Amino acid sequence: MTQPALLLLLQDAAPAVVPADTAWMLVSTALVLLMTPALAFFYGGLVRTKNALNTMMMSFVALGAVGLVWALVAYSLAFSDGGAWIGGFGNAMLAGVGLEAKGTIPHLLFMAYQGTFAIITAALISGAVVERMRFGPYVAFIVLWTLLVYAPVAHWVWGGGWLMTKGVLDFAGGTVVHINAGLSALVAATVLGARKDHGRQAILPHNVPFVLLGAGLLWFGWFGFNGGSALTAGELASLAFTNTFLAPMATLVVWVLLDYFRTGHATAVGGATGIVVGLVAITPAAGFISPLSAIALGAIATFPSYFAIAYRSRTRLDDSLDVFAGHGVGGITGALLTGVFASKAWNSAGNDGLLAGNAAQLGVQGLGVLSSVVYSSVMTFVILKALSAVTSLKASTRIEGLGMDVTQHGEEAYGSGEGSILVLPSDDAVTVAAPGVASFPNPATR
Amino acid sequence: MKLIIAIVRPEKLNDVLEALYRAEVRGLTASRVMGHGGETERVENYRGTSVKVGLQEKVRLEIGVSEGFVDVTVKAILASARTGEVGDGKVFVLDVDQVRRIRTGERDEAAVTPAVPTEV
Repeated sequence: MTQPALLLLLQDAAPAVVPADTAWMLVSTALVLLMTPALAFFYGGLVRTKNALNTMMMSFVALGAVGLVWALVAYSLAFSDGGAWIGGFGNAMLAGVGLEAKGTIPHLLFMAYQGTFAIITAALISGAVVERMRFGPYVAFIVLWTLLVYAPVAHWVWGGGWLMTKGVLDFAGGTVVHINAGLSALVAATVLGARKDHGRQAILPHNVPFVLLGAGLLWFGWFGFNGGSALTAGELASLAFTNTFLAPMATLVVWVLLDYFRTGHATAVGGATGIVVGLVAITPAAGFISPLSAIALGAIATFPSYFAIAYRSRTRLDDSLDVFAGHGVGGITGALLTGVFASKAWNSAGNDGLLAGNAAQLGVQGLGVLSSVVYSSVMTFVILKALSAVTSLKASTRIEGLGMDVTQHGEEAYGSGEGSILVLPSDDAVTVAAPGVASFPNPATR
Repeated sequence: MKLIIAIVRPEKLNDVLEALYRAEVRGLTASRVMGHGGETERVENYRGTSVKVGLQEKVRLEIGVSEGFVDVTVKAILASARTGEVGDGKVFVLDVDQVRRIRTGERDEAAVTPAVPTEV
């Protein structure tokens, strides 16, 4: 959300709920919530068959675990009155979060909308630790991370904290969501260590259509993420919405061209990744820059992430699904380019950037990036080390070989059931599932 | 010349292929199969339906080798496919009456992995 918009709503003497704004924010909240299942498909398609369910569940479980922690405690830490570093417990257990106006929408809806951000940010990190992190410790990690990393950083930038006071421009979460998740992913991948097959065997995506489906649904949901961050349904939402429409188009085109000239093929996984990187990069800038700047930003943002992915895959760092290269590097690029392209002509509540003659904004953006980079990295390291003192974070080599679906969840993504024996609740009496009944219907009965 | 049939765990396949490659065994056929080697049945649950997975996924390798390569191949598989748990699989060595290479019509020893293995 825009910083001045929030100042406005804090200062508004006689706030009133505006139905039009509320309608758009209701839709936006649902759109952003859909991004987490979308991420599950994006990540799920990129892993091997034996880890598909586990990878998707790492995103889905955030809908429950992080969502509840957000409503009960983390929302208060991020957005209730507090100091420069963290909010208070004033809104814990949803105390004082009712239907009264917060800006021009009900406070309760504002809480829910912000909750969808906390959920997907935690889920983003999972891409760095897939195919090897045990499920229980993972859930514990994202819950602690939401309380100790997400909530404070959200408070700094949006909740009246020190970065907000400094004038950092982060329209929809380049710093809070993407740099935050990207750096945490980098640290988590390092602390956990590589998969046993990393660098030894080819580890290929098991379902590229899932990756495309996920990227498409992420883009759809992102209209709520960026458009909704206006917190109103007017001109500002339209600007952010259209920039979210344009920037990934540029990234997609440039990414596919780079792919084509470097490898001779326009790859589908590359195209899907390009879309996500474009969305990440436009996030901090969406409501502050012109549409043509958005196209330029999307095009430029391709290069750092593209080459970061190409470089990472040749190293021993097993950030398995390139969360750092996509979200960390993409987020940093977007945050800095916001300081380049920002224009008061498009958003008078924002600020001018480098191209409009205000080079200082670039420095402020750099400060936002740096503080988030340092805090996320250090805190993620501390949380993971604390957890690893209690339990092992990583599955054994044997479990990794068998796959996380069967070992963590007792299910298979693509099991046929053939040869399985039905366990009846009563007893030892077992019935062999008739092989092929489902897949080969009797022609006589068709 | 012999036909070696090995049933191995799918998660060990890459290790086996690597070991065979290092042993300079060239040419093999792999198929996904279902089987059971006496291992404990795994229980899976799908919304109240519990099933014991009686048949596990395995990979079946078929490798035609000359006499000199039989031991090398078997040793490579034994060393690379083993986890030490029940269900690691089996290796069968079978006599073969005749082998023909379709491309050239070469016969028997000339049609399979060459006769003299380099020691590994």
